[in-house]
Parts: sequence; C-alpha cells; structure tokens
Amino acid sequence: MKETIQNVIEKYNRDRNRLMDILIAIQNMHQHIPEDAVSIIADQLGISKVDVKQTITFYHFFTLTPVGEYAVYLNDSAVANIKGRAEVVQAFEDELGIPFNSVTTDGLIGIWDTADIGMNDQEPAALINGTVFTNLTSEKVKSLITGMRAGKDMLELMRVIDAELDGPELLSTMVKNNIRQKGAVLFSDAYEVGYALRQAINRTPVEVVDEVKRSNLRGRGGAGFPAGLKWDFCRQSRGEEVYVVCNADEGEPGTFKDRVILTELPKLLFEGMAIAGYAIGAKQGIVYLRYEYRYMLEYLESILQELRELNLLGKNIAGKAGFDFDIRIQLGAGAYVCGEETALIESMEGKRGEPRNRPPFPVQTGYLNKPTVVNNVETLCSVVQVITEGAEWFKSFGTSDSSGTKLLSISGDCKNPGIYAVEWGVTIQKLMRRTGANNVQAVQIGGPSGICIGPDQFDRGIAFEDLATGGSVIFISEERDLLKDFVLNFMNFFIEESCGSCGPCRSLNVILRNKLLKILDGNGVEQDIDELYKWAGVGRSVNRCGLGQTAANPILTTIENFRHLYEDLVQMNESFVSAFDMESAVAESCEVVGREPNLSR
Amino acid sequence: MSKKILATTSLAGCFGCHMSFLDIDERILELIELVEFNKSPIDDIKTFTKECDIGLIEGGCCNSENIEVLKEFRKHCKILVSVGECAIMGGLPALRNGISIKECLEEAYLNGPTVGENTEKIMPNDPELPMLLDKVYPCHEIVKIDYFLPGCAPRADLIWNALVALVTGNELELPYEVVKFD
Ligand SMILES: Cc1cc2nc3c(=O)[nH]c(=O)nc-3n(C[C@H](O)[C@H](O)[C@H](O)COP(=O)(O)O)c2cc1C
Ligand code: SF4
Ligand code: SF4
Repeated sequence: MKETIQNVIEKYNRDRNRLMDILIAIQNMHQHIPEDAVSIIADQLGISKVDVKQTITFYHFFTLTPVGEYAVYLNDSAVANIKGRAEVVQAFEDELGIPFNSVTTDGLIGIWDTADIGMNDQEPAALINGTVFTNLTSEKVKSLITGMRAGKDMLELMRVIDAELDGPELLSTMVKNNIRQKGAVLFSDAYEVGYALRQAINRTPVEVVDEVKRSNLRGRGGAGFPAGLKWDFCRQSRGEEVYVVCNADEGEPGTFKDRVILTELPKLLFEGMAIAGYAIGAKQGIVYLRYEYRYMLEYLESILQELRELNLLGKNIAGKAGFDFDIRIQLGAGAYVCGEETALIESMEGKRGEPRNRPPFPVQTGYLNKPTVVNNVETLCSVVQVITEGAEWFKSFGTSDSSGTKLLSISGDCKNPGIYAVEWGVTIQKLMRRTGANNVQAVQIGGPSGICIGPDQFDRGIAFEDLATGGSVIFISEERDLLKDFVLNFMNFFIEESCGSCGPCRSLNVILRNKLLKILDGNGVEQDIDELYKWAGVGRSVNRCGLGQTAANPILTTIENFRHLYEDLVQMNESFVSAFDMESAVAESCEVVGREPNLSR
Repeated sequence: MSKKILATTSLAGCFGCHMSFLDIDERILELIELVEFNKSPIDDIKTFTKECDIGLIEGGCCNSENIEVLKEFRKHCKILVSVGECAIMGGLPALRNGISIKECLEEAYLNGPTVGENTEKIMPNDPELPMLLDKVYPCHEIVKIDYFLPGCAPRADLIWNALVALVTGNELELPYEVVKFD
C-alpha cells in the first residue's frame, strides 16, 4: 500500500494544494482513506495529520472507513423522493439485509444517502463507484445487486439493467440530456469552434472586456454579478499571475443545466474560458467539476487534448504570439458549499471548503492568493456568443435588466422535464404550458435557496429583477405535501451541507427544522408559526456566506405564500402543546435497571 | 401594592443559576421588599402553599420527578421563566443525549473507572426513585415557558433586572454587559 500511495503523492509533486486529487485517488483505490495513508500524506506534504483529516472529514465522498467495493450513493433530493425513491431504498435494504448508510458484512456493497446529484429530470438516480444510474426501480435494484455480486464492472452493470447508453465512447452513460428547447445563445446550430476566440485575439484584451461589459451579461451561477465588470476588477488588481476558474460545482438541488452544457458543448465552454484568459491575462484556467460529474472526466480531458491539437489551447494560441493558456480540471468531493466561490477556491487548494471572509474578493485575492475570476459554466459559454455576434445582438434578447437567454433545468411534476433555453422574462404560466405541468400547487424557483410561489404569482417572469434563478425550476403538483416533501427536505439539505463556521448557520437551521417537525407532528400552535417566521429572518444578516443567508428561505417563503398549510397543521386554539410522552421516555431506563415503570401520576 | 409571590426550583441543573441569583448580594434585602418567596430552596419551602406570580426554573428535565415538579410549577405560577442554559437547551446534562441510556447507566454503575465493587451488577432500581428519561429535555418542550434568561449562569444583574421588570411591569433593562457571554 505504501508504495501506491507514494506514487500518487509523487504524481502530484508533493504539492499541498493538490491534496484533493491525492485523496480522491486513494479513496478510489481503497474505498476509504486508511489511517496509514493519512500519516504518509502528512509526512510527505509537510503538513500535520490533522490538516489531512480535516480535509477528509469535510467532504461527503472521503471516508475514514470503507464504503464498500461497490459504493452506492442514492440521491436524496426532494424530487427523487416524489419520483419513488422510497421503493428503491426498500429494495436495496431488503435485498442486502442492511439499513441505509451501512456496508454489507463482506464489505462488498455499501448503500448511502447523498445530496442532489444533478439528475432531477431522471430520478431516482444513484452513483455507483462514480457512474450514474438513472430512473431506478426496485426491479432494477435487484438486477444491479445480482450484477455487483457477480463482480461486474460498471459498463456491464449498466447493461444488466438494459440501459440505453448515450454519448461518445469515452462518455458511455445512461444520463439523458433532455434538451427540450434550444435557444439563440446556447444550443444554437450556428456555433463554430474557435471562431470567437480568433475574433477576440484580433482585438485588445480591454476591448474584449468592454464588449462583455456592454452586453450586460450577468453571472448565471445565481448571484447575477455583471461578468464584464468582474473581469475589469480583476484586470485592475494588476496581478502578475491571475486565474480563470469555471464553477462547475452545480450543487443547487434541481439544477442540471451545466451538466448538459458540459456533455454537449464542452468546446464552447473551454473557448469561453480561453477568451476570459485572454481578457484578464491569465495563463491557467481551472474547471472545478463536482465529483458527481466525475463520469465525464475522461471525456472532457479528451476534448481539452483535441483543442490543444487545434492550437486553441496551449502556447501561442491561434497563432497569437505570447498568448498562452491551458486548462485543467479539478474534481470536488461532494460538498454543496464548495459552489460558493471562495469555498471553491479553498477546496482547489486542498483545504476544507469553508467560505472566506469577503473582502478581499477573489478578483483581488483568489486562488493561491492571486487575482481570480470565478464564473459559472453558462456565463463563460455566453461570452463566446457575445464575442461572435456582438453586445447589441446579445442585448436584443431578454429584458432590460437581464439580457440574453437563460438555461432552465426544469423538473418535478411536469410531463417533459429537462433543459429549456428561454429568453429572460418568460412567465411561469408559459413554462407550465411548454413543459406540460398541470395542477400545480407551487413552483420552487432557484432551488431550495430560492423562493416558493403559488398560483397567484404564476404571471411573474424569470429575470434578475423578478424571479431570479441560477437555473432550477421545480413544479410541485397539488397532490404533494409541500411542507413535508419539500420544505423539510430542503432544511435537512442545508443542515447537512452547512460548513459549520457560523454559529447561527450551524444551530439556527436545526432549531428551525425541529420547530417545523413539531408543527408537522401536530404539536404546533399558532405562536410557533410566528416564531418560525421571525427567527428564519435572522439568518440573512448574521451568516458569512450565501448558504447560511438563504437557508431559511424554504420556511420564509412558504409561510409568506402558503401560511394556510401551516395553520391547517397547528392547534389554533391552544397556547401550548407538548409532544412529551412519559411512558415512552422512561421505558428504556426502567428496562435496563429492571423495574416497573410507575406511571400512576 | 401587595407583594408578588416568587417560587424557584433546580431541576437537572447544578445550582449554579441559584448561586448566581444570590450574587445580587445586598439587593436581596430590596428583593424581599418586592416579593414574597414560596416554594424555593432559598427559604426551603418544599411544597406550594400559595398560588404564585413568578416561577424561576433552573435546569432541564432528566427524570420523571423533574417533569412532575415542572408541571406543578406551571400549575401554580402565572409566569414561568427558564433561567440558564440547562433550562433553555438542556445544557451540560444534555451531553448524554447522543448516548443510549443503557450505555450511560452501565458506565455510571458497572464499568466506569470510579465504580467500586459491584459484583452483583446492581443498578439503582428502587421504586421510590425517579425514573430516568430517554434524554434531557429543555423545559419549553414540556410546558409553556413565558420568558428565557440565557447564560451559564445568567449574570446576577440579568436575573435582578428581569425580576424587577416582571414585578414592576417596567421594561427590562438589557445593557450589553449583562447579556454578553465571554
Ligand atoms: C452556497 C452557494 C453555492 C453556490 N453554488 C454555485 C454553483 O454550484 N455554481 C455556480 O456557478 N455558482 C454557485 N454559487 C455562486 C458563486 O459563489 C459565484 O457567485 C458564481 O460562481 C460566480 O459566477 P457567475 O458570476 O458567472 O455566476 C454558489 C453560491 C453559494 C453561496
Ligand atoms: S453561512 Fe453556513 S455555510 Fe456559509 S460560511 Fe457560515 S457556516 Fe459555513
Ligand atoms: S445553566 Fe450553568 S449554572 Fe445554570 S444550572 Fe446549568 S450548568 Fe449550572
């Protein structure tokens, strides 16, 4: 073992900043990070064992105990649950004779919960040793288990359940892209590889930044910061060494548009990164790819190689003397908060993904403390079309505050879940007609951290100035239990994913979730609703990053728009209800000491 | 104005909150001008002899007796106040909440390093004893609590200010020094 670990460490030049890559390799080899490996890594990288361990324990896909030769990670998102996850869980547990979140005694198969894996349009879905299995049923689970017991590899396992495999050879996958509506900016047939990059290098970097500024292109990752301005700030930092980072962490439950771009249009993305590199003077670009999308890694690497061969990456790109730029892919290891740009940078440096204090902003002090532009996948792709067609053309789409088009990942209760490229401003009603969503009780926009609205607001439009979204739209039909199936699931998600730095994020969300449970269990009173609402509003101003600032949104926005659902559950005429039950509370202790419970009083 | 009647108790607490209460020092003389004590360790009245205006609760609920006492307090006091971390959140005793009750009892009576000879492996099981609960509960999960005074222990000034406000009906004074915890 020592030797293989040594080799891994050498492969990454004993670079402390590559700890993530080292750990990913070792986890894959041993299905966990053995204690001995921790010592060797610490020793070789010149850091303490605690440094290694704190990184390991931060990420969902690093473990200190084995997760099984076949590690099954079943998505636990709200949409997975309404699409029949319980049946799949049951099938796994029955067939294997173990509860979820444990490993069979022979160490062969482990079954684990995991947060949204970006497959909301084909749930229930799971990752098995990094390969995605979609549209699972109890029947398929049985076949998969037989296959795993027979020692089949991933390709064979997919065949066991008769999966229709899509994509080029390096990307044989069950994952469907479900592009339902193409748009002028993305998925237009007009894209020609390298055209925009050649246009860009015929202009000065400042002219490129100005063109992007003029287009009013705003970040597509959620926050909507103007891309051109961000690039300008980075230029103003005047760093010798600067970086372009593409945020492909796509962790917001219900979002999967970056996945589709990465599979369908990787060249468009890499070209966008090269243009950004030219504009800000970077030599290195890094794609931070969420671990859940690891199945694309080889394929993406091959595309990068192709672009190098076309001289669209590498040295003196497209014949422009002195324009050197290349891209590497950095895998994450399962942590939603790493989508936050400063946490992402920490993670790229091999640390726990804890957000940094801002300022300084990444454009001042980013990756390796150098000025860094972090942009979403879709933002960087849009840049290519801005350069090709010009800012005016781009602005002719959308609304005044939100120019261009937007990729929406639509899922939940509708006939045609998938990807829709729409112009900003499109109304919810229109989306419902296009996707075949009927009897809609609520729409969750922007994922759990966004807002939940009811039918009286379906005439509102998707735009930064109205309903802002990084891309997730989830339709929720009337038959669903909005509070239990969605709000509770979302709160559990945030509790699980909080990095734990800020007290209020770490504790208040648990308190809110428990109060919600109290109401769901029928033990709430009206005062509980008012307190929930009041307390939920606190997180926005006292937490460091967007996670903690928006974690209570599921509760806040459903109390605002669906208060009657809460009122139906609470005991309106009582001032207090206790869920305490003496009989069950004393049962165990009486049994252990060997006495009869005395419940007479 | 007739005096308000005050009761206090320590449930699963360490008596630190009561000690902090006594830290009001000579103001206790002012206090007895304002209130009359009923059931409380301070005057050692063991059962309620009157209906009370204010009940101060230290500690959460770890056994059946705590529950009974707390319910008694709710019955006899117009206003109930959770005083200190243990009453509000379970506090230190609630550290056992992540451990099974079986493991706790075995550690305390059979396996712990300070256990002497216990060859018969006896654990306290006299029917007179209170029964342990599966976990330590904060008071507001058992009965309605009207006010919460945070701290471990809350400062004497906070307890004092709160009592004066409750008795006089004036607004509670909460200067920063009184609620800062470190
Ligand atoms: C908790 C949290 C998670 C985030 N996740 C993502 C993500 O998965 N992808 C993304 O592009 N931006 C994400 N963001 C936003 C990023 O911090 C950042 O604003 C964005 O990557 C900037 O790119 P853009 O301006 O092109 O949108 C997240 C923010 C927070 C607070
Ligand atoms: S708000 Fe939450 S996730 Fe963000 S830094 Fe604070 S604890 Fe971490
Ligand atoms: S809050 Fe602190 S002082 Fe008060 S009872 Fe608990 S441990 Fe003792």
